[in-house]
Amino acid sequence: MSTPGASGMPLLQVENLSTAFRTSRGILRAVDEVSFTLEKGETLGIVGESGSGKSVLVRSIMNILPRTALIPPQTKVILEGKDTRLLSRAEAKHFWGTQIAMVFQDPMTSLNPVKKIGTQITDPLRFHLGMSKSAARTRAIELLDLVRIPEPARRLNQYPHELSGGMRQRVIIAIALSCNPKLLVADEPTTALDVTVQKQILDLLENLQRDLNMAMILITHDLGVVAGRADRIAVMYAGRMVETADTKALFRNMRHPYAEALLKSIPRLENPSHTRLDAISGRPPDMVRPPAGCRFASRCRYAQDKCVAELPELTTAGDPDHRFACFFPVGTPEGERALAANLAAGQTATGLDLHAQAVS
Amino acid sequence: MAGSGKAHLRTSDDVLIKVENLVVEFPAGRGRVVHAVSDISFDVLAGETLGLVGESGCGKSTTGRAIMQLPSPTSGSVTFDGVEMTKLGGEELRRMRTRMQMIFQDPVSSLNPRRKVKDIVAEGLSIWGSKVGTFSADRVNETLEAVGLDPEIVSDRKPHQFSGGQCQRICIARALVLDPKVIICDEPVSALDVSVQAQILNLLEDMKARYGLTLVFIAHDLAVVKNVSDRVIVMYLGKMCEVAPPDALYERPAHPYTKILIDSIPEPDPLKADHTQAVIGEIPSPISPPSGCRFRTRCPNVQDVCATEEPVLREIGAGHYVACHFPNEAPVRINA
Repeated sequence: MSTPGASGMPLLQVENLSTAFRTSRGILRAVDEVSFTLEKGETLGIVGESGSGKSVLVRSIMNILPRTALIPPQTKVILEGKDTRLLSRAEAKHFWGTQIAMVFQDPMTSLNPVKKIGTQITDPLRFHLGMSKSAARTRAIELLDLVRIPEPARRLNQYPHELSGGMRQRVIIAIALSCNPKLLVADEPTTALDVTVQKQILDLLENLQRDLNMAMILITHDLGVVAGRADRIAVMYAGRMVETADTKALFRNMRHPYAEALLKSIPRLENPSHTRLDAISGRPPDMVRPPAGCRFASRCRYAQDKCVAELPELTTAGDPDHRFACFFPVGTPEGERALAANLAAGQTATGLDLHAQAVS
Repeated sequence: MAGSGKAHLRTSDDVLIKVENLVVEFPAGRGRVVHAVSDISFDVLAGETLGLVGESGCGKSTTGRAIMQLPSPTSGSVTFDGVEMTKLGGEELRRMRTRMQMIFQDPVSSLNPRRKVKDIVAEGLSIWGSKVGTFSADRVNETLEAVGLDPEIVSDRKPHQFSGGQCQRICIARALVLDPKVIICDEPVSALDVSVQAQILNLLEDMKARYGLTLVFIAHDLAVVKNVSDRVIVMYLGKMCEVAPPDALYERPAHPYTKILIDSIPEPDPLKADHTQAVIGEIPSPISPPSGCRFRTRCPNVQDVCATEEPVLREIGAGHYVACHFPNEAPVRINA
């Protein structure tokens, strides 16, 4: 956890957040006891595969889950000392949007296709801040200029289909920023975009965040996206946080085998072509019936009998800011021994064939 | 290129696909024309993986589809194994296409949700089986096993019961079942997580080796293209910018656009992560592309000549061609 800011209170405090859904097959535990804090102006990167619970986590914080979602009472989401789960409907109406705003993955579908860009930006200004029509229009032009959209005044009269994907994402960022939120949640903001546009949007978010002193939660499945941009990173797997640390500390001393595997699976430009990629074999577990032990055990090269039997909790080794949930962490004597034993046996305690993994 | 030229074409006997002066245009209403692909030429050797890389709207997918005659190009020639594809029609063209298959970007929506996996994979065989003489359930099972799926478990399931990565495996099985020579992969991993992306890229490499395939690999991520390709073509707005072996392309990117593509890839190491200049502005409309070099409106090296004269591909190293008047730090000429 980060040390408290100057005010003594973190901007956002999430405690024991769990979210489950009732399905026909049983209770699906999408997020399981996640806790973290976020300081003012800080960027937290949340990384994980599809289904790791990262989107449900931030949707739980934003309170935009479907009614079928089950959140236990011990879950606390505290923004500037105020528990947001206890807000009345009337209070909540002006809370979201002005305090926390969100940018979604798909810029093609998160704008209303039959409303002009101008209306979509001025609506929150008029609703939340009570601005007059003309004041809202002036502010909308400022906002479009802020997100570097050329000819902002002309854009107000355009419809979303007249803009490219990158431009639409800029408009969505402008809407999110319209009421000066203290926290911006960006859920895979660039996954649907080209690499060149991705870089532009990420640079834009970084500059805006610095200029507006806003905190940000950046969600992605690509460790590369958050590596140079987040202050802290939390890696999620199967609904649980498996490792969290300061970005540089995480990359320098990666402890959790899943975080390590995630990093290794990225194709690197500096490697010669046809370099075999270190894919993570297998798939995440079924969250309706999660395994009793470590949820990554069945895909982990380090897995021992203990991993199958017991669920590891987040612990630290030295650096109190660097926490990880693993019995045999990467880069420690226990981890090295576990891997060496598995390699000698040719398989792990869960029966993962290490020789086959090298081939397929 | 944003230019044209044929300096990079090879005369080897192993040329399997040869595309010359390919032009694909689409009507855009009111007499306007979308210039999706404008006069590009390239060849693919048997057993080679050709990577096509560029942003959305650069014409890379259109090029891939034009090889399949989906639709036939506006003009230009596509020869496959010595046969001129653009002159074929009806039965002949359909027969030819059994030797070329495609894999698409979104694996979930490219599978019929109402059919069982075994029927999806067998469809090509049930149409062509009697004519090519290989139709059997064994062939389907063998192909499913080859892509890492257990036929006993998956055969009777439907696509919604699978993850994105597994659906892409099914798509690959469907493409492989007719024993094609060429597979055109149109952004096969863009919709997948990085961890699954690595599985699919490894699988494609394995399948290429096992079945002796020739691949045309289309993607917007240069790191992915580099990993699988033997030769890479960088495209921009319907033109070719640079043709090179992947390692040379990364070590000595000559075209300013290639450099920008490389710099845009996120660096997965916070200690190395730098903040280089991102490309300025957006890709211009293909309805009225810029004169001369099409990249000039976003190019850091732009000069007056770029607006009037279209650059032509020229050799700057072994197998390394660039279409630019002012390429970055001209690399050493190896065989000029």
